[in-house]
Amino acid sequence: MYLYDEFDERLVRERVAQFASQVERRLSGALTEDEFRPLRLKNGLYLQLHSYMLRIAIPYGALNARQLRRLAHIADVHDRGYGHFTTRTNLQFHWAKLKDVPSVLGLLADVGMHCIQTSGNCIRNVTADPFAGVAFDEIEDPRPVAELIRQWSSLHPEFEWLARKFKIAVSGAAQDRTVMKSHDLGVRIVRDAASGAIGYRILVGGGLGRSPMEAQVLRDFLPREDLLAFLEAALRVYNLAGRRDNKWKARIKFLVLDIGVEVFRARVEEEFARIDKTKANANPAEEARIASFFASPPYESLPEISRSLEQAVARDEELARFVGNNLTRHKRKGYAALTISLKAIGGIAGDISSGQMRAVADLAELYSFDEARVTYAQNLVLPHVRLDDVPLIFARLKEQGLATANVGLITDIISCPGLDYCALATARSIPIAQALSQKFADPARQKDIGELSIKISGCVNACGHHHVGAIGILGLEKKGAESYQITLGGEAGDDYALGELLGPGLPAEKVPEAVERLVAVYLARREAGENFIETTRRLGLAPFKTAFKEIADAVA
Amino acid sequence: MLLLDRHGPKEDVWERAETLCQAETNFVLTPFGAIAESPLVQTDLRLAALLEPNRALDEVTPFFDRLDMIVVHFPSAADGRGFSTARQLRQAGFKGILRAFGPLISDQFPQALACGFDEVEIIGAAAARQPVEHWMEALKRISFLYQRDYGAQDSIPEQRLARAAHV
Repeated sequence: MYLYDEFDERLVRERVAQFASQVERRLSGALTEDEFRPLRLKNGLYLQLHSYMLRIAIPYGALNARQLRRLAHIADVHDRGYGHFTTRTNLQFHWAKLKDVPSVLGLLADVGMHCIQTSGNCIRNVTADPFAGVAFDEIEDPRPVAELIRQWSSLHPEFEWLARKFKIAVSGAAQDRTVMKSHDLGVRIVRDAASGAIGYRILVGGGLGRSPMEAQVLRDFLPREDLLAFLEAALRVYNLAGRRDNKWKARIKFLVLDIGVEVFRARVEEEFARIDKTKANANPAEEARIASFFASPPYESLPEISRSLEQAVARDEELARFVGNNLTRHKRKGYAALTISLKAIGGIAGDISSGQMRAVADLAELYSFDEARVTYAQNLVLPHVRLDDVPLIFARLKEQGLATANVGLITDIISCPGLDYCALATARSIPIAQALSQKFADPARQKDIGELSIKISGCVNACGHHHVGAIGILGLEKKGAESYQITLGGEAGDDYALGELLGPGLPAEKVPEAVERLVAVYLARREAGENFIETTRRLGLAPFKTAFKEIADAVA
Repeated sequence: MLLLDRHGPKEDVWERAETLCQAETNFVLTPFGAIAESPLVQTDLRLAALLEPNRALDEVTPFFDRLDMIVVHFPSAADGRGFSTARQLRQAGFKGILRAFGPLISDQFPQALACGFDEVEIIGAAAARQPVEHWMEALKRISFLYQRDYGAQDSIPEQRLARAAHV
């Protein structure tokens, strides 16, 4: 993975000192609260319901053991012994103390980490495919491009005061695993059919929130050398024309909607034509330097099948379930990418204790070439484990309560922190996720139901991605009580779709029953080999609405 | 009011006028619209235009030859359109003075210079609260940038290249 050189480190340390000076100037009155707030946010410091929250960037979700141990240390000494992974692969500490923040930022800088631009109206932490570099369906590893974009977008003099936040995702595989179409801008590595050259398809104008929109193609094929100049052009057009009068209409998706993607494209291409590419684009030598950090680790030559794993699986039903659900095919024979679910039954989605962080650090170091990844689904990945080592890793994870075999299943629920922490929330998310997780806890039942994504947000801002859940749950406040709207048919990947509303909002205690009814429709009507989302697509909304109505009517 | 360039505070020589005929000196700063509407100009008059952030570049470029200075208005510190306006003006070949004008904060001084501004004019309470030292210190806080084409010759990528060449 990428390691800081002295320039990266210097920049991060100078940024810490700059923030300390900003805090000082706020305290002396040189800066007003309105002037200070965006500076605080651009350093990842939020004011939440009960305390400050510190959001740490994990660029494209990549972590090593040293970083994980440092996060564990910060959790123990400066927070409450745990952290929370978000749907943008960041880590949040929810009980930060203002006076500790400068020393925490220093502790992060020691291990090549920071909180720069994890909030505020600027280019946010760039995300990528969690299986980057190991996926069997990969055209090219997206991490070098993601790191190039991380550097280019950090402390950008022109784009630190945008109309609104700006999120970029990068993917290099045949299948999208980044929710790219929900991003302000997507960079998709593609191979040009005619020339065989590798370049980028650029998407623009996606987003969730109260007005969800699917990203559209901005440039079908961009030669790789032109990436930074093109990004500069797109960001400049947005910076100049994005709405400044209404924060709810300020994201780039509204600009693209207002003027149409053709006009937006024409403006970007016009600006792109004016930019001096030799100065704006990355130097090939610098690109090569960055790429060198992502060379394949020294894999062993292994047989495709691991006899020892097969034997262990035959003896242990739990291990068999884990292998069935939590392993992803690796490009190398004899290896797998292993997903660690942070969705223990009845637990809190994305939460991880300091002890668990240390255990994952040890496993990454011993069995995965010192690498771990964070996924947008709030899980972790050990990207290259030998199949032979899986039983041992499983045993160690089990000791830590990290061996939940539910990746992609109904209890692998995405949830934002909701009203338990968040100042924006209108309803709780965590207890809903916990109740659903408990209701569907039985492994045999989960296996029977199969692949099904439930996504929960505690307000319209949609941090829990409810629009793109097969079953989406949105918590609102109605006449002083929490009310949950349920949508059906959302999808996050290449078959991107926004879920459709089934009916009126339900009280919290009715949500598990309603979900159970929807699942029952699927189980009764599915055809052989059909998963939940495929059945909803074939049947349409009607039978699910009928089932939902029985619950809604009983409430009303 | 506070007027600064990268070397420190400076005197403002420009006289503000709503229209060109009102001008009493030879250094006149007037809204861009007033210049665009008056084709006749005295040869010895030095002109500066105040530009609102929504003004299209194509409207301004025909007047580059007549303008010694363009002043880009920042309605608020959080409104960063002016940074992109400056980049576009420089990219289009404007060689005169570029001034950022508005209630900026000192942390934005290096950003303004990197985007092509020569100076910043701070108005109102923001000028009273932030003394000159804050602005000059802001220039020293971040030594080098990742972006190659934002003024400095010593960007991080350039320094990395130079270093690799010496190994």
